[in-house]
Order: sequence, then structure tokens, then C-alpha cells
Amino acid sequence: MKVLVPVKRVIDYNVKVRVKPDQTGVDLANVKMSMNPFCEIAVEEAVRLKEKGVATEVVIVSIGPQQAQETIRTALAMGGDRGVLIVTDIDPEPLAVAKLLAAVVAEEQPNLVLMGKQAIDGDNNAVGQMLSALLGWPQATYASAIEVSGSTAKVTREVDGGLQTLDVDLPAVVTADLRLNEPRYASLPNIMKAKKKEIAQKTVADYGVDVAPRLKVLKVVEPAKRSAGIKLETAADLVSKLKTAGVL
Amino acid sequence: MAVLVVADNDNAHLRDGTHKTVTAALKLSSDVDVLVLGKGAKAVADAAAKITGVRKVLLAESDALGHGVAEAEADAVLALAGNYDAILIPATSGGKNFAPRVAAKLDVAPISEIVEVVSADTFTRPIYAGNALETVQTSDAKKVITVRPTAFAAAEEGGSAPVETVSGADAGKTRFVSEEMVKSDRPELAAAKIVVSGGRAMGSAEEFQKVIEPLADKLGAAVGASRAAVDAGYAPNDYQVGQTGKVVAPALYIAIGISGAIQHLAGMKDSKIIVAINKDSDAPIFQIADYGLVADYKSAVPELMDALTAAGK
Ligand SMILES: Cc1cc2nc3c(=O)[nH]c(=O)nc-3n(C[C@H](O)[C@H](O)[C@H](O)COP(=O)(O)OP(=O)(O)OC[C@H]3O[C@@H](n4cnc5c(N)ncnc54)[C@H](O)[C@@H]3O)c2cc1C
Ligand SMILES: Nc1ncnc2c1ncn2[C@@H]1O[C@H](COP(=O)(O)O)[C@@H](O)[C@H]1O
Repeated sequence: MKVLVPVKRVIDYNVKVRVKPDQTGVDLANVKMSMNPFCEIAVEEAVRLKEKGVATEVVIVSIGPQQAQETIRTALAMGGDRGVLIVTDIDPEPLAVAKLLAAVVAEEQPNLVLMGKQAIDGDNNAVGQMLSALLGWPQATYASAIEVSGSTAKVTREVDGGLQTLDVDLPAVVTADLRLNEPRYASLPNIMKAKKKEIAQKTVADYGVDVAPRLKVLKVVEPAKRSAGIKLETAADLVSKLKTAGVL
Repeated sequence: MAVLVVADNDNAHLRDGTHKTVTAALKLSSDVDVLVLGKGAKAVADAAAKITGVRKVLLAESDALGHGVAEAEADAVLALAGNYDAILIPATSGGKNFAPRVAAKLDVAPISEIVEVVSADTFTRPIYAGNALETVQTSDAKKVITVRPTAFAAAEEGGSAPVETVSGADAGKTRFVSEEMVKSDRPELAAAKIVVSGGRAMGSAEEFQKVIEPLADKLGAAVGASRAAVDAGYAPNDYQVGQTGKVVAPALYIAIGISGAIQHLAGMKDSKIIVAINKDSDAPIFQIADYGLVADYKSAVPELMDALTAAGK
């Protein structure tokens, strides 16, 4: 079974995000970039499927700037087999990403696409669902457990209210939630080995997909700041403040 | 211009995310219909018919819709999409699960979790865990939008719209197996007036139940948790507040033993009053808390319980 894992290069989750003074976006100059944490979880799950003998090949794909190659390398060091980088200067919208991934799926013919539920830059939570719809494949989002058996997969999902279990026919699209696993750190020997793994360089034109944005960003601003309040001495002081504020 | 709002419901109850999404829809058009997806959900449709400003309610039912299977939900919406210029869906985990499918099939760019309707084609939404607000203008003729309920006031009730039945939809190659829902008599987290949340400091599920739940019950509050508390198994996943969990904006949010990572703040910083109890006076949560107690929760929470009792709570 072949597993395709799309990964996105995003601002590291520990970085304090700053909005540019000209309101055109967020300042990405000289900030640490990393693999989107949910994509890391997806890579880990794919590698575990391979270690269990369920998957035979794990292919990593990323759409982004040339530096997204580093993100693919990280995934290869975790255990991915080879990579595909589709180079583009724009940060494509989820619709364009889904269309490009659908074209990669047509080429690679995987049995499972395992990806993150959300990229922590745009917070869209959309590409997996869109890819599934475009392919006409079943979807199971927000996975906290995946069990592949034969031509189906049983997926436990984190939903409002608790957990839901779905059984989907393969091929399918599954998106990872936080509790699916804890991603490993790549070992030094594996990082060295990953340097020799193949990464195919592609362009958007290779896939003939229209990636023109549908949304025009008019401005990006900082949200209203909350200011720090006061520290109180006792629980009784707190109750009296809350009563005065009318929230008790 | 006509707008379709998809109701937030659990087959038995209409949730107030629907009322809030109707408010957003009414900013786009006065022709607002509500679609109820479910199974045995007639009571939900009747409740939706009472929302002021709703033109009519459509009820689509099937087994797959009753279990929130995304393929069926998207198909039911797509069957009606031709009649509408915009489709607005509450940004719950269920809504976010199928909204992008609708957009993909219509070949439009979805707009996720809007917090403001600027004009008929322009919307504001948080990005980067709420550290920035982006205003986007869409060039798509049809709009598919998810709406963050906490950002809009609930539409009133007082109407009596007609209810029509429309066709259901099935799940295709996806089968519902089972669900395991957290049972609780407490108010629903996303809509509660008061939320009491516990973090990693609790150290165990027993401690979480012993400390957080009685305080919540005394206040008639919902219970929330940080990711660390959920990951460690102290609280169910459904309790997670944050960037990738639930977004809440109660009148009062009490964070106990939570440091205040940006991913947590993303889910609660629009609360009216924030209280933090943390033994580390440098914890980032104090930078946004209105009232703080720098204390060990082990003594502070019992003291708070006593003070509430003394105040007649
Ligand atoms: C992709 C991604 C998504 C995420 N999404 C979310 C999300 O949706 N929601 C979320 O919450 N987090 C999320 N996180 C995690 C987030 O970054 C933090 O790790 C998490 O919020 C920390 O939880 P915590 O505050 O309970 O734990 P900690 O940061 O460990 O804080 C524990 C606090 O308890 C205090 N404490 C300890 N003992 C006591 C005591 N006896 N009395 C009083 N105080 C005490 C400590 O001083 C400390 O401040 C996400 C992270 C990533 C990478
Ligand atoms: N530029 C990209 N390249 C590769 N995968 C992506 C890209 N953008 C999004 N994805 C995938 O889609 C998931 C959800 O992203 P989003 O819908 O943008 O929140 C991510 O976790 C990735 O797996």
C-alpha cells in the first residue's frame, strides 16, 4: 500500500507572530519555519504504518517555496521514502492546493492520503476535505486512531461531544488530529540517510492547475490587545470583584 | 441574494450556533433559509422556524445525516446550492468537516471561521491562532463560509417560518460504526456563560474531577481543558479549548493551572472576564487575565469554593 503525505512549511508554532506595519501580511523575514505540527503527526502515522508492514512506500509532497525542500527532508529523515516538491512563489489557497494534490494523486495512485487537519498559519482546516471531494474518495478527518485492514480503514475521530468511529473504503483521505501519535525526532543517521533520498522538483505548470487566488487580502491587522489586569491577594477578593463585575 | 444557513444540531436540539450564524447571514441578505440535516430531527426544524428573520426551514433526513457523515451532509447542501448565493455553516467541528467539500464541488474558495461581515463579498477572519486578523474579498459568485459563532450575537426567537422537507443523502463509501459521547448535565462548553478550565497542573484525571468539576458545578459552568490536560488523559478531547479545539467567549473564564500558550489563548481570549489561578507569577496567562491569584490551586480552589459559599453561591 502506498501512502501519500502532503506537508506544509509554516512559521514555527513557538514563534511570536508579528503583523507587518503596512498591513499586507505577517512578517516572515528571518523567522523560524518548520513543518506544520499536524503534518508531522501525519508523517509519523504513515511511517508507523510502514513499520507495521501495512504501507510499502511513503511519499511526501509539499507545495511551496524552494525552502520547502527542507520540510520534505525532515519528513524523509522521519522515515518517508521519497519526496515531490511543487515550487511556487505564492502561498496557494486551499482550493489550489487541493487541485494540485489531486493531480499528484492521479500520478502517484496512492491507496491512502494522510495529512494534517489544519495548517497553523492560515488555520483553514479545509484541504483534506476538499481533496476528498475532488477525488470522490471517502474522508475521515480529525483522526485520533487509524486501523487499516485489507481494503478498508477504521478511523476514530475527535468530534464535538466526544469520539466517532467511521469505516472507510480505500483509497481514502484521512486527516490527523493532535492525539493520533507523538511524532519522533529524526536520529542523526536517519538525517544523513535522508540527504540521499530522491526529491522530484516540479512546477505548478507541470500539473496544468489554475492556482490564481480567489480571495484578495485587503488587509491584515493585529487584533485588539487585552491588557493585563490585577493580581488579588485572596479568593474572597476575587469573589467580590466578580460580583461587582456582574458575572456571578 | 439568498442565503442558506446550515443548522447546528444533534438531531434532538437546535444549538445556538445556528442563531448566531443567522445573525451573520442577515447581514448579507434578508432572504435567509435554514437547512436542518439530521435524522428524526423534526423538533430541530420546528425550533429553527422560530428564529426571527428566517424565511423558511428545510429539513433533510437520512441515517448518514443523523450521524454527521460529511459526504452526505455536503451532498444534501449541494442539492440546494443552486438556489443560493451564499451558504453559511457554523464553524463547529461538524461544520468544518463538510463545508470545504461543498466549496470544492462548487469550485469556490471556502472562507473559514469568519468573525465579521464587512460587506457582501468581504469578510474578516483570524489567522495564526488569532494573532492576526485578515480581511479578504472574494471573487467567487457563490460563497461558502464557516462562521465563528462566538463572534456574533444570537438572533432572537419569535418567528414562525414554514418547514419543508427536502431529500436526504447517503454516505457513499463511508460507514458509521459507533460513537462515544461525553455525557454531562453541565451547560455546553461553546455556549456556556461561565467556563472553568484545568491544565497540566492537575496531574491526573482524578485530581481534575476533584478540583475542576465541583467548582464548575457550583458556578453552573461548563468544563474546559488545555491541550496538555487532554493529551495526558485528564479530560476528554471534547473539552479542549484553543486554536485547534473549541473557541469560547463566556462572560467569565477561569483558567486553573494553565500557563497561557498562544494556542490556548486563541480559544478563550475573547471572554469578557478572565481569571487565572497559577502558582507562577510570570505565567503568560496573567498578561491577559483581568484578575489573577498567584497561588497553588490546591489551596486557592478550596478557598474560592468557601468564598463562593459565603457569598451565597
Ligand atoms: C499545533 C498545536 C496546536 C495546539 N492547540 C492547542 C489548543 O487548541 N489548546 C491548548 O490549550 N493548547 C494547544 N496547544 C498546546 C499549547 O502550545 C500548550 O502546550 C498547552 O496549552 C499547555 O497546556 P497547560 O497550560 O495546561 O500546560 P503547561 O504549559 O505545562 O502549564 C501548566 C501551568 O500550571 C501551573 N501550575 C503547576 N502546578 C500548579 C499548582 N499546583 N497550582 C497552580 N498552578 C500550577 C504552572 O505554573 C504552569 O503555568 C497546541 C500546540 C500545538 C503545537
Ligand atoms: N502548500 C501545501 N503543501 C502541501 N500540503 C499542504 C499545503 N497546504 C496545506 N496542505 C495540507 O493540508 C492540510 C490542511 O491545511 P489547511 O486546510 O490549509 O489548514 C495540511 O496539514 C497539509 O497536510
